[in-house]
Amino acid sequence: MKKIEAIIKPFKLDEVKDALNDIGIQGMTVTEVKGFGRQKGHVELYRGAEYDIAFIPKLKIEVVVTDTMAEKVVSTIIEKAKTGKIGDGKIFVSTLEDIVRIRTGETGEAAI
Amino acid sequence: MRRLLSILMIIGLLGFAGLAFAEDQAQPLSPTLVEQPATAPAPLKIDTGDTAWMIVATAFVMLMTIPGLALFYGGLSKRKDTLNTIAMSFVTFCIVSVLWVVYGYTFAFGTDISGIIGSPAKILLAGVGVNSIADAAKTIPEYIFIVYQLTFAAITVALASGAYIERMKFSAWVLFSILWMTLAYLPIAHWVWGGGFLARLGALDFAGGTVVHINAGIAALVGALILGKRREMTLIPNNLTLVVTGAGLLWFGWFGFNAGSALAANGLAGAAFINTNTATAVAAVAWMLTEWMHSKKPTVLGLASGAVAGLVAITPAAGFVNITGALIIGIAAGVVSFLSVAVIKPKLGYDDTLDAFGIHGVAGTLGAILTGVFADPSINEAGKGLLYGNPGQLWTQIIAAGVTIVYTAVVTVIIFMIIKVFIGLRVDVEEEIEGLDESQHGEKAYNL
Repeated sequence: MKKIEAIIKPFKLDEVKDALNDIGIQGMTVTEVKGFGRQKGHVELYRGAEYDIAFIPKLKIEVVVTDTMAEKVVSTIIEKAKTGKIGDGKIFVSTLEDIVRIRTGETGEAAI
Repeated sequence: MRRLLSILMIIGLLGFAGLAFAEDQAQPLSPTLVEQPATAPAPLKIDTGDTAWMIVATAFVMLMTIPGLALFYGGLSKRKDTLNTIAMSFVTFCIVSVLWVVYGYTFAFGTDISGIIGSPAKILLAGVGVNSIADAAKTIPEYIFIVYQLTFAAITVALASGAYIERMKFSAWVLFSILWMTLAYLPIAHWVWGGGFLARLGALDFAGGTVVHINAGIAALVGALILGKRREMTLIPNNLTLVVTGAGLLWFGWFGFNAGSALAANGLAGAAFINTNTATAVAAVAWMLTEWMHSKKPTVLGLASGAVAGLVAITPAAGFVNITGALIIGIAAGVVSFLSVAVIKPKLGYDDTLDAFGIHGVAGTLGAILTGVFADPSINEAGKGLLYGNPGQLWTQIIAAGVTIVYTAVVTVIIFMIIKVFIGLRVDVEEEIEGLDESQHGEKAYNL
């Protein structure tokens, strides 16, 4: 099982969500996050003064999938979240030890 | 804190001494006061229309401090300092409300003593009754005039807080409110509006360019210089929607401030009203356009700030100029105030946090001086400016502004020194970084 965390531009969320639904992903967790990569910060203007804001608002999508689905999910996110401009985000894939569905107690892939 | 409490106690005792004094004073007067209803019925001069308008105008001006200024400043401060910023306006309104009826009114508007200060005869409003009329406003009850002027005193002190936020001890601010209202506001209000020497000189200040905005603006600058810079010098507003709401309430309340300064429901109030709205609107647009050219974006804070600059600049002129004068004063206020906060302030390096000097001091001075240029006798025969053949008026305006600047600066320095000695001015580093909401009040603005 894999956990896929994708940091994306906020305006791309709907496209990514719909595309993941279309390939059979049934759930995801979305968090509003702030951070910076090579894009660094952005500038805000208050009364004519420019302030460098280091942390840019992004969204983090977390999806847990079977090993066989992981590659498809990653390529779907790339396809839908890409604008080609700096700041499109990153995808982190990690191996997951176990999952437990709280309601039923199911574990492993049955709990995805 | 103990020191503050002991100071408050001393001031309280002085107040009671004043009460005793007032009672002593009142006693000889009381027979006439008691007889008044029998021998002299309610003066016919009280006009119900004027009175109704002035009650409303007074309530409008109250709205400018709480919530207007409180939200305008509170939204501009950092998230961790919002409540403290709001509290500075709130507590000041409360303190001035009390001090004004105890001794403020009489020293500002009591019978003139040598052009310097009002007589203390009306301490605790001694001798004021439901049928009394003030010399300055002959068609409304004196009680209404007193409350109306109270709201001016309160907002003037509160305006200065914009330069001090995010670092000043709350106890120091409370003491500042008491001392500054007493030592700076009262004399200047007397000089200009209470029959003092600037009034005799012919200084024109319709609704408070000199008394309110230059006065508060200079206190802001001087106080900011003495307090020193904040550790995080950025202006990152925690909530610009509050700022715009506050600015809107200020604009709304300012109609009471300026049109109310006609002290009657008449054509002069109408002129002040339309001048106020026109100058404000054009100043907001002028600021926005200047910022658009300077920084490539028309910010919403710029619109709100420009509106406040316009309101400030038209204040002294509202009841003296025609609509052309209002338009020119508004444009000048938007452009000059923007340049003062965006260009001059960074070069000079002082930390006037919310630009209380940059907007109120600068636009107030501009408005006071331009009143001497554009005062049109067909609007108000009391004012005749440079363009209408009276260059001396401009000179008088400059003198009044200059006297106010020098006096307020000196008194503010003295007050800050007193506060520094007794209770200290700034919170410590940890408290400043943690935020003043928690360190000063044990609360947070937002628990989301």
